[in-house]
Amino acid sequence: MPSGTPELISRLQEICGDEHVLSHPHDLATYRSDGLAHYRQTPVAAVLPGTAEEVQHVVRACFEAGVPWVARGSGTGLSGGALPVADGVLVVLARLRRILSIDLDDGQVIVEPGVTNLSVSRAVSPTHFYPPDPSSQIVCSIGGNVAENSGGAHCFKYGFTTNYVTGLEVVLSDGTVAQLHRDDPGYDLLGAFVGSEGTLGVATRIALRVIPAPESIRTMLAFFEDTGAAGDAVSAIVNAGIVPGAIEMMDRLSIQAAEQATGAGYRLDAGAALIVELDGPHEECTVRLEHLMELCSQSGALDVRVALTGAERDLIWRTRKAAFAAMGRVAPAYYVQDGVIPRTRLSEVLRRIDELAGEYQLQVANVFHAGDGNLHPLVCYDSARAGEPERAEELAGLIVKACVDAGGSITGEHGVGVDKKAYMPSMFSEADLEAFQRLRCAFDPHGLANPGKVMPTPRLCGEVPGPYREHPLERAGVAERF
Amino acid sequence: MATAIQPAPDTFEAVAATLAAAGAEGRSVRICGAGTKVGWGFPTPQADLELHTTNLNRILEHNAGDLTAVLEAGVPLAQAQLRFASAGQMLALDPALGPDSAATVGGVIATGDCGPLRHRYGAPRDLVVGTTVALSDGTIARSGGKVIKNVAGYDLGKLFAGSFGTLGVILSVSVRLHPVPVATATALGSSADPEVVGAASRALAAAPLEFESLDVSWRAGRGAILARSGGAESTRRSARAAALMRGAGLEQVDVTSDDEELWERQRAGQRCQGRALVRVAAAPSRLPAVLRAAAAGAGTLVGRAALGSSFVALDPDAVAVLRRRLPAGTRSLVLDAPAQTRSQLDPWGAPDGGALALMRSVKARFDPAGACNPGLFVGGI
Repeated sequence: MPSGTPELISRLQEICGDEHVLSHPHDLATYRSDGLAHYRQTPVAAVLPGTAEEVQHVVRACFEAGVPWVARGSGTGLSGGALPVADGVLVVLARLRRILSIDLDDGQVIVEPGVTNLSVSRAVSPTHFYPPDPSSQIVCSIGGNVAENSGGAHCFKYGFTTNYVTGLEVVLSDGTVAQLHRDDPGYDLLGAFVGSEGTLGVATRIALRVIPAPESIRTMLAFFEDTGAAGDAVSAIVNAGIVPGAIEMMDRLSIQAAEQATGAGYRLDAGAALIVELDGPHEECTVRLEHLMELCSQSGALDVRVALTGAERDLIWRTRKAAFAAMGRVAPAYYVQDGVIPRTRLSEVLRRIDELAGEYQLQVANVFHAGDGNLHPLVCYDSARAGEPERAEELAGLIVKACVDAGGSITGEHGVGVDKKAYMPSMFSEADLEAFQRLRCAFDPHGLANPGKVMPTPRLCGEVPGPYREHPLERAGVAERF
Repeated sequence: MATAIQPAPDTFEAVAATLAAAGAEGRSVRICGAGTKVGWGFPTPQADLELHTTNLNRILEHNAGDLTAVLEAGVPLAQAQLRFASAGQMLALDPALGPDSAATVGGVIATGDCGPLRHRYGAPRDLVVGTTVALSDGTIARSGGKVIKNVAGYDLGKLFAGSFGTLGVILSVSVRLHPVPVATATALGSSADPEVVGAASRALAAAPLEFESLDVSWRAGRGAILARSGGAESTRRSARAAALMRGAGLEQVDVTSDDEELWERQRAGQRCQGRALVRVAAAPSRLPAVLRAAAAGAGTLVGRAALGSSFVALDPDAVAVLRRRLPAGTRSLVLDAPAQTRSQLDPWGAPDGGALALMRSVKARFDPAGACNPGLFVGGI
């Protein structure tokens, strides 16, 4: 434990109350990991502030003590972004869960960071909704979504968290507060902050844009011989200028596992399933659905089904969403990857994954957001078999590399965190990483906010003297520097 | 001393070398695309060097199947659009393009400029998925990538979009493209009563009709709402929009599929031709008050009705009247005006103190030499 910690803990107790500061290892067990449970670290303390002001004071106290801290929302992240640091404090935002205002005329909702994703859509339904919909939306927090720039199944049409955040109140690592608004003049600090994985500060109030709910939703399920044919159908859809709300693909292994879990009637003889959801005005959906079914048939679909009721739609989606959990039927454990490829390279990259799986004698299931080329290969393994976890990890790394080689990215929505930081140099040069570090240092020169995440190697911030130049308006007394 | 005009470099390395030399020698650099928006921001003293990106003019990639493209900064946006249109696609940015439609991709992005399509597709920051920039120490740095979904590393594309060249030079961008709708139709209606225009705006913004654009205008004592639908059924959707307009009390309601000129006029309203142009950000529900303020300043207004973003063109002397009459909580910036007007008032307005301190810190890290467009930006950055 770093020297001076007892003083810091009593200071945190003064700020938040004794009952909201946990420092016994037993109490801290829950907080050792986020959604990526194979990384574990016990922090010095976990503190649960109850207001934005308490967050500010907590961060300030950490700054004064020179102690690093990590913000945590619901802890559902899949890259270890909320993994505590050993000599640091974990700032848990679970008590900040008030929806502060709802204004449907202006399409704006203001929330505290601990509010869950789904509760925003619930609060504005049935007329409006909040589009980003990560699979964990029942529990994941908006603060975590902001940190990770979360996406979801519907982001091909609707975009990501960053497209819906219109304002942020952020606490910087020295405890100062900045108000960032989408339409304010100046640098888009809001845009830089969203997706910065908790390394630039912590958001304490979040303004979100909500939009009118689509009046019509049509969900289609098509089965194909293999992922190649399903990929051709996706290309045909996109090339026809159709922008579905979601296009999801599952391969043979994931169909079989998920079907066992839900019994939805997915075809077990199919090599690929494609879920395409159209939403929007009635007239357009009707016309597009006909076109869509035609395109799937032309691409060799074995079977095309359309959900006729809400219950049928839910069942189609429940099966897709069950795919991850259902992998337990295939293997006791798996690595999930989050690589992205240009969609047109799909067949080629899937073939490469098949080859690699064969070489490594492991099973890889594929479930992915086909519209935007975001793959979620699940590399299955059994820890009880000697060497298998290591082989699986290596294979997962090669799959990421195949995505980058195809012109893609190491992560589409899960974030870099600790899990993928070693892959950053495969995508970015040293000069690129150095440019990222400039932003990091501008916000957090002391490196106290979520250190050890995102960047592949620890870096410090140097001083920037920079020549001072008097602005002509300063000379004229019209403007001044603060 | 006269400004040296550097022959426009045609490689990334040449831009970086020019910047690095200027940075090392403490010289200031004015960074320009086609120069269609050089009158925006604080008037600045003559720079030591003018650096044009117009020879970085290659369309590096158009990946039609992936709906992405990689463009050098000096490519005229109009030229890129022609290329995309041949595949039935577009970069969904439709700002006014200036004389000879010369505005470059880099200039549009660096100024965060956009037009009516912002309603559905967002601003430049929402469409840029990757950037390559040159910094004043000669660094060439990339961020983002070429795929539309990517969260690896910081989103420097957003930081550079709208930074007015004060952090470095945008060399190239990767952008997300969208399909061009197979057909469009526009419903429009008007009223002399700002409250009626506001009511119509709210009704249409709440309607699940997925407009391509939803705009407002105010000219010569009369306001209008324009709603453009795109897609095979755009005329039927526009008929529904027209019904909502009538229900809200708009007059002279009409639907037309020959609508390009209407939107060209909206785009043109975002330029001021020697007058002053003020960008106003207000909650969408405050539209009637914004319209009344524009009328009080004898200005014309165009804007994005559902986003609360408006542009008022008026006489420079009337800017103060407009600003006084705008409702509380409104933010306004003088985008363009004669230099004298811009030097007499702070065109940007004062941002939040915490945000401004961060902006200065960002500037100091990215452009420690202070070489890039010094003095032009918010707070004199």
